[in-house]
Amino acid sequence: MTSTRTQAGFPGVGMLRETGRLFALGLDVVRGFFQRPFQVREFIQQCWFIASVTIMPTALVAVPFGAVIALQLGSLVTQFGAESFMGAASVLAVIQQAAPLVTALLVAGAGGSAICADIGARTIREEIDAMEVLGVSAVQRLVVPRVLASMLVAVLLNGLVSVVGVLGGYFFNVVLQGGTPGAYLASFNALAQLPDLWISELKALIFGFIAGVVAAYRGLNPPPGPKGVGEAVNQSVVITFLLLFFVNFVLTTIYLTIVPAKGS
Amino acid sequence: MGAEVVVEGLTKSFGKQAIWRDVTLTLPPGEVSVLLGPSGTGKSVFLKSMIGLLKPERGKCVINGVDICSCSERKLYEIRKLFGVLFQDGALFGSMNLYDNVAFPLREHTKRSESEIKRIVLEKMEMVGLLGAESKLPGEISGGMRKRAGLARALVLDPEIILCDEPDSGLDPVRTAYLSQLLIDLNAQIDATILIVTHNINVARTVPDNLGMLFRRELVMFGPREVLLTSDEPAVEQFLNGRRIGPIGMSEEKDTATMAAEEAARAAGHHDGSPEEDVRGVVPQMQPSPGLPVRKGDRRRKDRVMRILHNLPAPAQQGIVESLSDSDRQRYGLQRQPAPVGRPDDTRPLGPGAQRPNHALSQESVANLPRSAWQPPPESSPQAPQPRPGDG
Repeated sequence: MTSTRTQAGFPGVGMLRETGRLFALGLDVVRGFFQRPFQVREFIQQCWFIASVTIMPTALVAVPFGAVIALQLGSLVTQFGAESFMGAASVLAVIQQAAPLVTALLVAGAGGSAICADIGARTIREEIDAMEVLGVSAVQRLVVPRVLASMLVAVLLNGLVSVVGVLGGYFFNVVLQGGTPGAYLASFNALAQLPDLWISELKALIFGFIAGVVAAYRGLNPPPGPKGVGEAVNQSVVITFLLLFFVNFVLTTIYLTIVPAKGS
Repeated sequence: MGAEVVVEGLTKSFGKQAIWRDVTLTLPPGEVSVLLGPSGTGKSVFLKSMIGLLKPERGKCVINGVDICSCSERKLYEIRKLFGVLFQDGALFGSMNLYDNVAFPLREHTKRSESEIKRIVLEKMEMVGLLGAESKLPGEISGGMRKRAGLARALVLDPEIILCDEPDSGLDPVRTAYLSQLLIDLNAQIDATILIVTHNINVARTVPDNLGMLFRRELVMFGPREVLLTSDEPAVEQFLNGRRIGPIGMSEEKDTATMAAEEAARAAGHHDGSPEEDVRGVVPQMQPSPGLPVRKGDRRRKDRVMRILHNLPAPAQQGIVESLSDSDRQRYGLQRQPAPVGRPDDTRPLGPGAQRPNHALSQESVANLPRSAWQPPPESSPQAPQPRPGDG
């Protein structure tokens, strides 16, 4: 569990090694999903914890997010004379892109940083070592429940953001921009389709996994000292954000290739 | 009986900085060993390498026929259940109270009922004098209490090997003495192999059967306690006496200029406060509390030491012979009068495998070992119990 930096052969080898170890931990975690005994208690506690630190901020972020989309699209769509598609565009944008990203950013920013700080503090206090020495795998005992919890909470939060975001869009469009409520609701399924919801949930699931694994990895391998834990938390959030946007891009590309947009 | 730990040629470095090289030693089953060393000589790193938390570059650490350094992860977790490890500040789980901390290994590894767990936990808590503090969190108690709670947790699975990382740091001398007594009593009760890493001289003098010292990135010596306690090796002498004069400096090694300056100051009459008396020499070993069984490891150790007695340096021989009881003398066929002993001409420590010619003991006082009931453990390599000087 302790990082051993051996002599670097060429520039960038350290980065490659870290990446490799991150993937190794990811694989260990996936393997841990299927290993018994499963830590039910820890899982439930973590779910509750992550949910409690993310629900409020997520909801609060989702409202203006939906509103911004509504406002931006609103003026644009009016110029085309396509006000009737306002709802459709809003739903598509919120569900397919905004919801999983907002969810993931908050799971990473609020939940992931807490996980990373928790595990990091345990690492520098030798608790992880002690656990390993007692013959208990820290990955199995601590990391797997946390990653699973962040995945589950991400999926559930995704639903929340979708609903709140669409409501926010509705409110701004109908109340502030004078849109027609009927048209807004009627056009929901003009562009959006069911697979959009599936990809949205799938994205949230994957983002939750990435946030959990990166947080755990940085927590298990912090730079030395209490300051190191602070750095590790910072890095875990930054790394997660970078990975999330990249993975989101890849997933969206694949999805748009496999599932053609409605009406095309 | 505790497991035997065979360490061979262990080498560890962080980056380019070597921590120690080619450490070879054997922890004999059921005996208490102490590893001394100035701060920063990698004693804790050595412990962590022994339990597979750190991977050494080279070498082996074999327990029950399994090499910790190269075995699979699954095997490693299995073998770790044999260990009880006491970390420097206890390494308790901060989110659990003391009771849950001590109960943790039982809940993870056994299918005992809660009432049974409670019985065992309370027994161990009483052993370390923490009864009544079960519901406290580790953050709410003193360092000494954390250490004792860590020990209780390490003992709860009845380990075959107990590793203690500086059990005395942060404890007052009285509590240290109690803790030492506790370890010796434990050894008498469950016959576990114990390794204590420390720089407490009192512990080193009175507790162990075997004593070793790490210095200058290598194992200076490891063997029966009498060998190190009577050693003329400058570093050992300096360390045991806690002086500034000697090869050990503030930053591990001293350069010759500093050394000469210190010598000159001392010659000029500057008293640096170092104790004048020489505490080297064999002192009586700590015994289990009355009422407890005899330590089996002690018996085995005596047999082993008497078998290699003629290979040990003369002062050590004298110390060993003098510490024998009358019944022991009879058993090993020694006369009451200790053998005449001269200063050995060569005072360097015994390296592993080194042979020292014996001219100290007369023929009749050399050990005449009776058949011992103790057999080398079957899982160790066939040549394991072969006596070698400087090797426990």
